[in-house]
Amino acid sequence: MTDTTSSVRMITGTRLYLYVSLSLVAMLVLLPLVTTALGGFKSLGDLRVNPFGLPSEWLWSNYLDILFGDRYWRQMLNSLFIATVTVVLTVIVSAMAAFTFAHVKFFGANQLLNYFLIGLMFPAATAILPLFIRIRDLGLLDTYWGVILPQVAFGLGMSILLFRNYFRNLPEELFQAAFVDGCGYIRFFWHISMPLSRPIVSTVGIITFVHSWNSYILPLIMLNTEEKYPWPLGIMVYRGEFGTDWQLVLAFITLTILPTVIVFFLAQKHIIAGLTAGAVKS
Amino acid sequence: MTDMTATMTAVPATASGKKVRYKSPTVRGRLPVLILFLPPALLLFTVFVILPMGEAAWYSLYRWNGYGTPQQFVGLRNFEVLFNNAAFSQALINNGIIILVSVLLQIPLALWLAMMLAHRIAGVVAFRLIFFLPYVLADVAAGLIWRFVYDGDYGLVAAVAGFFGVATPYVLADRGLAIYAVLAVIIWKYFGFHMMLFIAGLQAVDRSVLEAAEIDGATGWQKFRYVTLPLLGSTVRLSIFFAVIGSLQLFDLVMPLTGGGPSNSTQTMVTFLYTYGVTRMQVGLGSAVGVVLFVICVTLAFGYKRIFMRHD
Repeated sequence: MTDTTSSVRMITGTRLYLYVSLSLVAMLVLLPLVTTALGGFKSLGDLRVNPFGLPSEWLWSNYLDILFGDRYWRQMLNSLFIATVTVVLTVIVSAMAAFTFAHVKFFGANQLLNYFLIGLMFPAATAILPLFIRIRDLGLLDTYWGVILPQVAFGLGMSILLFRNYFRNLPEELFQAAFVDGCGYIRFFWHISMPLSRPIVSTVGIITFVHSWNSYILPLIMLNTEEKYPWPLGIMVYRGEFGTDWQLVLAFITLTILPTVIVFFLAQKHIIAGLTAGAVKS
Repeated sequence: MTDMTATMTAVPATASGKKVRYKSPTVRGRLPVLILFLPPALLLFTVFVILPMGEAAWYSLYRWNGYGTPQQFVGLRNFEVLFNNAAFSQALINNGIIILVSVLLQIPLALWLAMMLAHRIAGVVAFRLIFFLPYVLADVAAGLIWRFVYDGDYGLVAAVAGFFGVATPYVLADRGLAIYAVLAVIIWKYFGFHMMLFIAGLQAVDRSVLEAAEIDGATGWQKFRYVTLPLLGSTVRLSIFFAVIGSLQLFDLVMPLTGGGPSNSTQTMVTFLYTYGVTRMQVGLGSAVGVVLFVICVTLAFGYKRIFMRHD
């Protein structure tokens, strides 16, 4: 009797402890984000005396001015274009290479796979200067391709590994049946492997997209024209221009991260699984 | 597709009557597939990843401003300059501190939260989402947001100091404080990723083992220390691996926060590479930083996998 009551009491105690701790951490996580979004509605004077609270007067103009200008939309579209092309190229190029590693026996296959896996071990930053010189000599400086091609190249190691492991786990009967029917490798790839690979295409796609959408150092080095800037570069320029007009900078930051936040909440399951499971599986 | 599935059960046989072996070389189009499917990846990877890395090693032996061809051979002089440079030493130390804090503070925090979220209580999913959110945001945006938080005139830190009647600390302008400010942002930004790894790891832990320990009278801490933690071993090792590799490449987060300042106190290897190599077009020196970073990354990755992840 006493046993059960004590254990019940312990459970409510634990419960309280859990909720208090979790809520505290959640507050610390959300506070900078919420104050940023609210700050975008304030006047500078209001922000100075009251950075935490609700705006004393809701100034929609900070946000509306940005939304009705073309700067914000241009940067978003630039980022979207770069990320989309990067994803499409990465998926096609790495799936094709991974297909040969998974299904075609050829001399030096293992060595070649290991060659690609070298790319997993060091960050793009290590070779950024020679990369800049190469892009310049190819005449790709200040073009989207100067950002896209290195991004695809540096994503290949992980993508090839993810695709290869996935292809290898598809049921073997499929191959036997198809090959007996006289189906060649290339038809097999397009008509059987790829249609069956939706989960891994989405994993690779999500990792690559998020990476490209958020990337800063490559476009920083490869692009010079502001019209071509993706949003992480654009936001830095904006902040440089408006300096201490924090209310405008905060509104701009909020609008730039808004698409990410919305997509994250809509597709949370896929995004979390893609970003973590992708890391673990490779 | 349909005609293929129809023959799926047929006994596979070749003209010679032998059973068809999977990956048999008799499959049509082996050569075309190699010629068509491999070169795009091979070309991109070689041109934009491997060659630049090799060139970094080559350029690091020259003094070069990036125009024409490198001609002024200086041997290991760039490395000498680098290791005698106070800012680079600071960058190395900072990268070390970042690794230590990531491993000793961030990972335990992530594990603690993951353990709490393993309980079946209402709201678990919401907490998970909130904790993972900073990881999805761009480093640049996170850096700018925290620049506002730390701002001495308009930011949250200023308001808190004002509330307590203390003089406002200009955190990011303070040589001694700035690095701690950066570390706090790193934890805020990345703990959610490690937490998710642990949540996935915990789901694989066999509950019956925990129940057995409970019946044997193990306390909560004992259960954690002697059952859960050992069973999470491979996840912990993986998490540390990601923390180390991630710490070494830190750049995007630092630039909007401090740009490596004040007076180089928050420099990392990559911000140093950018500031001294890229913006001043000192190709030799910058490439030398790249080589040092490469050697550190590869040594750590290989060494760590060899020693700690042998059985994973």
